[in-house]
Amino acid sequence: MKHQEAPLDPSLGSPPDPTLNAGPDQSRRAFLGIAAGATAAVVAPAFVLQAQAVGNPRAERVSDAHRWGLLVDTNRCVDGCRACVDACDQENGLDLQRKQPDQSEAEWDTQKAVWLRKVKLQDNLTGRVSNLPMMCQHCEHPPCVDVCPTGASFKRADGIVMVDRHTCIGCRYCMMACPYKARSFIHEVVEDQLTRVPRGKGCVESCNLCVSRRDQGLDSTACADACTALGHRAILFGDLKDPASAISQALRTMPSRQIREDLDLNTGVRYAGV
Amino acid sequence: MKRIVYSEWRMPSERYWGLLGILAAVVGLGGLAALHMEHNGHWVTGMSNAVVWGMPHIFAVMLILSASGALNIATIGTVFGKGAYKPLGRLSGLLASALLVGGLLILVLDLGRPDRLLVAITHYNFRSIFAWNIYLYTGFMVIVIAYLWSMADRMGGPFVKPIGIFAMVWRLALTAGTGSIFGFLVARQAFDTAFLAPMFVVMSFAYGLAIMLLVLMFTFDQEGRPLGHKLRGRLMNLLGTFVAGVLFLTVIYYLTKVYGAKNYELVSWVLFDGGIYSFMFWFGWILMGSLVPLGIIYHPVLSQDRNWIVAACALVILGGMASLYVIIIGSQAFPLQMFPGHTIIESGFFDGVNGEAASYWPTIPEVLLGLGGVGVAMLITAVGVRVLQFLPESLADADVLPDDLGHAAPELAGT
Ligand code: SF4
Ligand code: SF4
Repeated sequence: MKHQEAPLDPSLGSPPDPTLNAGPDQSRRAFLGIAAGATAAVVAPAFVLQAQAVGNPRAERVSDAHRWGLLVDTNRCVDGCRACVDACDQENGLDLQRKQPDQSEAEWDTQKAVWLRKVKLQDNLTGRVSNLPMMCQHCEHPPCVDVCPTGASFKRADGIVMVDRHTCIGCRYCMMACPYKARSFIHEVVEDQLTRVPRGKGCVESCNLCVSRRDQGLDSTACADACTALGHRAILFGDLKDPASAISQALRTMPSRQIREDLDLNTGVRYAGV
Repeated sequence: MKRIVYSEWRMPSERYWGLLGILAAVVGLGGLAALHMEHNGHWVTGMSNAVVWGMPHIFAVMLILSASGALNIATIGTVFGKGAYKPLGRLSGLLASALLVGGLLILVLDLGRPDRLLVAITHYNFRSIFAWNIYLYTGFMVIVIAYLWSMADRMGGPFVKPIGIFAMVWRLALTAGTGSIFGFLVARQAFDTAFLAPMFVVMSFAYGLAIMLLVLMFTFDQEGRPLGHKLRGRLMNLLGTFVAGVLFLTVIYYLTKVYGAKNYELVSWVLFDGGIYSFMFWFGWILMGSLVPLGIIYHPVLSQDRNWIVAACALVILGGMASLYVIIIGSQAFPLQMFPGHTIIESGFFDGVNGEAASYWPTIPEVLLGLGGVGVAMLITAVGVRVLQFLPESLADADVLPDDLGHAAPELAGT
């Protein structure tokens, strides 16, 4: 293993507990399931499993008292800096990915997993150039969750959108649905990974706002920490539901926007200065 | 009109086993390709994080659409009471289920985790149109089997029509559902339209009928069963109507897209600057897949020639593949428009830097997997017609067409 891992609760290394998933979405899904009476026979086993899981208090229920999000100030994001990208790769073991022997560099670049990337864009009229990090926008109404046939893509009550690696069948429909190209499919056998971020060939994954930190009550993400450590302070992490949080205050004072606001997804990641 | 007698396909044994051998080899290669992809991961394919659905999906969608279209003939026979098509009902049902099995098999084997099929069956997200499609597909199989029973069994008579109507409605839902898999993707400009559902319905009519005609001509010729020229001509006319329908909807689709100003770039990319996709559009979809077959079908001389008819059907199918290539792959290759009014000049993840499209080239395993699915469909059909009575003894015009028409061409009724 290449770098140090934070000490962990053993339960956090395993894929998300189904109880974490018991948000309003889940109950609506259950209702629709019952409504589709004709299908009950096939569906019943899933509900039994779910009921059992709910009875097992392995982790504290994720509460909808929070909604985690990020605010990116593009004016502060530095051209050529990739501290957040490197930090994300290390936090999630993405730096352990290896190109396959017969794979060309060009293929590898399009097939390896990328959770966080830098994008540089230019305004067509004014010529103004901005830099920004792009990742899963943690939509309140996530298209990826809507389309996922097995429910492996899910939104936690605290707004974090992630993939349950036990139920993802690798159909990649969520990747078709995401407007931000935020998701990656694991195209090769995973040889090396971190316990806190289980990965596996044939599943889809994306930024989960450093979910294992959330479950330990830590108050930041790897990307925000790395950016702050360099003094750029372009990424602010926090609770969008807490009016006193730094992110809520910044959002109140600073003009910001969602990318593709026309889709009405109410993203948890907001951008200022672009 | 005579009573129709059905019988097993009695192609000479050696030739039959030769045919099965070839099909089994195609299926075997497809299986190996799937194992190869499953063992190594999808990096051995041309698919990437930008183009996530590739060649296997083209084959799978083609087969699924054709399955629905193949059943269309049975529907015309029973629901709309066109007696001439009735004798084709059984073959139409068999083909429909065989094509569907082939298509679904491709989809399943292309999953990142095909071993988790059980998860897909026990975990449903009822908001996912994809999950709804799983019901539509399984239901389709059940209905087709019931339909076949009602057509074949002595007791089935009174049920043929109700089951036929039900099958028709279900079939339309299935094709529309398949179209909606793409149509509901608001994120992608090319897909963001309810238009794809009706478009897929008409496409299915055309491709299913083309496949049906090829199978019909092949099985009948091998055994010397008579296939009346009038009946064949009718089926060809029907094919012509469907192909023209697809062409018409294609024009409307791109016109409606271009009306929305924000889609102008997408349309001009597909039509002119899309490289392989523009080529597939003009040469594959429009010229070879629509105009040439229409030319053959409505040509007074060529439309009577068996080889030209085979060519027309094959072109319709290949053109269909080209159109799905443009629709499914082209729409992924075209960059997502995340920042209107801006140009992306650098990106760590290929976000269409300077408007550049993502590249995709299918690899051999992908193509073999797709062909394997086609092989499975043909294998099921070949075995089905051999062991069960799916094929009518004669489709000579005098035997199937209403009397006034049949008499007009007694020389063709070579029973
Ligand atoms: S940004 Fe994409 S992956 Fe993230 S929640 Fe939204 S749709 Fe899903
Ligand atoms: S790839 Fe996995 S997470 Fe994405 S839609 Fe398919 S099953 Fe769901």
